[in-house]
Amino acid sequence: MNMVVCIKQVIDPEAPPASFKIDPATNKVVPPPGVAPVVDPYAEYAVEAALKIKDAKGGKVTAVSLGTNLTRDIVKKPLAMGADELILLEDGAFDGGDSWSTAYALAMTIKKLGEYDIILCGREASDWNAGQVGSAIAEILGLPSITLVKKIDIADGKARVERVTDEGYEVIEVSLPVLITVSHEIGEPRYPTIKGIMAAKKKEPVVWKPADIGVEASQVGAAGRRTKLLKLFQPVRGGKCEIVGGESPEEAAVNLALKLRENKVL
Amino acid sequence: MSENKGVMVFCEVSQGKLTSIATELLGGGRKLADDLGQELSAVLVGSGVSGLAQEAIAFGANKVYVVDNPLLKDYQTDSYVIAMEKVVKQVMPQILILGQTAIGRDLAPRLAFRLNTVASLGCLELAIDPQSKLMLQTKPVYGGNAQAVFVSATFPQIATVRAKAMTPLERDQSRKGEVVTIDAGLDPSAIRTRVLEKVSEKLEGIRLEDAKVVVCGGRGIGGAEGFKQLEELAKLLNGAVGATRPPCDNGWYPAGAQIGLTGKIITPDLYIAIALSGSSQHMSGCSGSKVIVAINKDAEANIFREARFGVVGDWKKVLPALASKLKELLAG
Repeated sequence: MNMVVCIKQVIDPEAPPASFKIDPATNKVVPPPGVAPVVDPYAEYAVEAALKIKDAKGGKVTAVSLGTNLTRDIVKKPLAMGADELILLEDGAFDGGDSWSTAYALAMTIKKLGEYDIILCGREASDWNAGQVGSAIAEILGLPSITLVKKIDIADGKARVERVTDEGYEVIEVSLPVLITVSHEIGEPRYPTIKGIMAAKKKEPVVWKPADIGVEASQVGAAGRRTKLLKLFQPVRGGKCEIVGGESPEEAAVNLALKLRENKVL
Repeated sequence: MSENKGVMVFCEVSQGKLTSIATELLGGGRKLADDLGQELSAVLVGSGVSGLAQEAIAFGANKVYVVDNPLLKDYQTDSYVIAMEKVVKQVMPQILILGQTAIGRDLAPRLAFRLNTVASLGCLELAIDPQSKLMLQTKPVYGGNAQAVFVSATFPQIATVRAKAMTPLERDQSRKGEVVTIDAGLDPSAIRTRVLEKVSEKLEGIRLEDAKVVVCGGRGIGGAEGFKQLEELAKLLNGAVGATRPPCDNGWYPAGAQIGLTGKIITPDLYIAIALSGSSQHMSGCSGSKVIVAINKDAEANIFREARFGVVGDWKKVLPALASKLKELLAG
């Protein structure tokens, strides 16, 4: 079973909200000082899904990450969790892409890898929340795609997956190869083990440039975009919080109930 | 661009009715169409859906395209992409909007890339730029810490819109419109997936996404027992219970109830946040709530920056007293 997982290095979404800043001149987020980037939490669910399959059926898990200034200790996390290989698409030309141009580079990378049974992505990424890269990779490679998946079972060259719906979930069967986007219901991503961390330290990622995957710089990154970002802004949060007090917590609670009634919240 | 005209809404059907998001999109789509001085069309895709065409007209559509085929009974990416590709190529709309639902999130991007265009998912607002006449697509990014306005210059411009972001028109049965049937020309062998089973997982009571009141617990609840108390309060207020990520990761509460960046995004009228700090990742799932009420023993917790009303105190003491007073008030 050959699995490819797409991961992304992002600004830590758990950084204190007050540290979030935008540079209006560039329409870019300013990385909060002193807060290290992380592997996108959605992508970690995809890594977890791949490792669950590996636990059950064996196989090889290759993580692919596209970006610039990729911090090795961070993007190596999938290796520390149990993945086998790491490929980095690291080049200025890959920078500033949208879902389409990012997916194009990832799809060409997967094509170059050649052998794959399951491609896994997070359902979206925590920075741009676009939620389209998985579907785009499937479209470019001509593969079936199943999104928002919470469980994967493999048997007889087929995947039987549970896809989260608005009412509950549905069980879908599909022949391999397939692209799957993973939702958080798959279960908490495992922590890297000491052994995994040691192994990851020794492993050097493969770094590919546009030419290595057979694409022109003009097809990827900002040059390959189909969407244009007009504006990036922080929404204004309304109003100040009214702290409802009392002699005791119980009295404060009663005052809160009265306050809610008074303000017709209930 | 000159060949593409009109605004099209993909209308989802559930249990023989137009979904509420479909009527909301028709309301929002009507505005966009009027701003462009163009027609609004609705698309119904499914099996046995043609009877709903008049309903779509009553909610504002000038034209309804119906793709009715037994192969379209269940949503499947391949069959719906093929059906919608056919509709879009025939009608050539300028704009196509879908709901930010399990179906819309799957269909919109795959269809967009099939059509050599692109989509924006989870928009809060769509508007027509007065100069360029392009659709301005506003959506939360960075987990709700920021909002972005996107435009795309490939047609159709495709967006999915979150529930409750748009308002339906009053249903008016005197509205007139045209119904057009389109044959999807589906070849069963083009459908590479098979739906084996559909499982309805309605938790007891109201769905989180539909609830007007949501009571949400965080790490400070401390265990599964605590959530029982939250359920009691939710029941009293005819609401639903949510949780932040730690209680779900620790197995205190089902993962399906997780509110936040990696969980569900909800917009209730009242959000009661109990023993949760209000991290960015959590707030991105609930910051659209009309009123947020916070109960937390840490006066410095970020949730007090987001809340309208708050009590600083131990939830174990505050919650029972709050519940009993609310019960008394609601009974009176």
